[in-house]
Amino acid sequence: MSPPLLEVEDLRVRYGAVEAVHGVSFAVNAGEVTTLIGANGAGKSSTLAALSGLVPAGGRIRFDGRDIAGAPPHAIVRAGIVQVPEGREILAQMTVEENLLMGLRGRARSDLDSAYERFPILGERRALLAGSLSGGEQQMLAIARALLARPRLLLLDEPSLGLAPLIVKRVFDTLADLRRQGITMLLVEQNALRALRLADRAYVMELGKLVMRGTGQDLLGDEGVARTYLGG
Amino acid sequence: MAEQLYNAIFVGSIYALFAVGFALVFSVLDILNLAHPVVFMLGAFVALFFMSTFGAPAALAAVAAFAVTGVFGIFLDRVAFAPLRRRGAPPLSAMISSLGFAIVVIRLMELRYGPDLVSYPAGSLPQAILQIGDARLDGLRLLIIGLAIILMAALTYVVRVTQLGRDIRALAENPRAARLLGVDVDRAIAATFFISSGLGGVAGALLGFAYNAIYPQMGTPYELKAFTVMVVGGMGSLPGAVLGAYILGIGEIAALVFLPAEFAELRDALAFGLLFLVLVIRPRGLLGHRVADRA
Repeated sequence: MSPPLLEVEDLRVRYGAVEAVHGVSFAVNAGEVTTLIGANGAGKSSTLAALSGLVPAGGRIRFDGRDIAGAPPHAIVRAGIVQVPEGREILAQMTVEENLLMGLRGRARSDLDSAYERFPILGERRALLAGSLSGGEQQMLAIARALLARPRLLLLDEPSLGLAPLIVKRVFDTLADLRRQGITMLLVEQNALRALRLADRAYVMELGKLVMRGTGQDLLGDEGVARTYLGG
Repeated sequence: MAEQLYNAIFVGSIYALFAVGFALVFSVLDILNLAHPVVFMLGAFVALFFMSTFGAPAALAAVAAFAVTGVFGIFLDRVAFAPLRRRGAPPLSAMISSLGFAIVVIRLMELRYGPDLVSYPAGSLPQAILQIGDARLDGLRLLIIGLAIILMAALTYVVRVTQLGRDIRALAENPRAARLLGVDVDRAIAATFFISSGLGGVAGALLGFAYNAIYPQMGTPYELKAFTVMVVGGMGSLPGAVLGAYILGIGEIAALVFLPAEFAELRDALAFGLLFLVLVIRPRGLLGHRVADRA
């Protein structure tokens, strides 16, 4: 069996005197969807921020056999780890197409056409300012923009946050599509039910630590998980 | 009248070149670079150095002024701003740091060249008078206006169309998103300072050519004007800075033309009064959002 694409060992993230992530270890296998679920403030987003190089972190992060801990964010993107951040962080004052070009960064424009095929609404609105899109369209734009960077590992931070149920379904349909195409994903999500249904592998995070791990199906069937995160 | 309008456009072009660089740094980093007048002055002296030492023609000296002051801008960032940025210092600290840096450089230049006016080597500046109707226009100034417009068009192209320009705009709007999209922040900031300072330096050289008189403090009067022009244009908006610069240029010359001679001292008061009026009517400035508004 080939080694995991991403190996995280004893990851620690601190903000001043407060440690938000206390020595977390996990792995993401190529071609799989891995999810981190947990309550607000559990340290999920801090973990993703550390993987993207946005916050300094202790411990070891190996991506495709290379140590990337301490690398600047642009080097991490170049290595193939691309994040769709919480709140989407689209560039509101740029057009939809300019946002996509930020992901493309000079690669072949044919990729841009493929993005418009996958997300026709973005093609229709390519000349509009991205800030004028609806929340759901902005989420599609954030995902499309990240895909144009040709990620080998796609990090998704709360992609369903603040979206209407119908739009949430569309976002998860898109993620399921990406999974079928073999895109490796690490998904942080408060909508635990949808995340676990999609995931091959899942971790539960509480107060900065991983407290449970298993396949998505295992955790869906776990009584404790059901009680705490699935409202069951 | 035509001569005065011509002068107004000339002065406005110099203000615009000065102010767009000032506005560019502000839009990306939220700091007022009070060392910008220094690059303006250095541009004029770099041109002098190339012309008097190597006998370079004025056009080549202007290119040298752009390149040298551009690189100097990167140096300025590394010395006066980057250390503060790394420690998360407030914008006010960066402003004072750049002011300190500016004073040191100006004093060093005074030590080398003295505080008085210095001229370019005799015969080194092209001279031509254009006669249009009754108006006698200085041909050199026409060249300078043309060059300023070309430079501003080139800046617009870089900022709007190239990947570097998109990186700079992304950084201005949302630094976190820019990082996540793979923008090399250090490189984008260095490019911002290169472009901003290069334009400021070339503006200084061009003004030096037009007046054939340069001195180490020559940038100082432009600082307040550039700041005003930027606020009136809309903080950090590049087209706004250009528009504000031409309004100020035209306002100043109009004051000179229409005020009786004994009120000539009121020239600045009238020009700034006009800009004040614009702000009262439109507090966000004429084109009230930046290169990219921070969300």
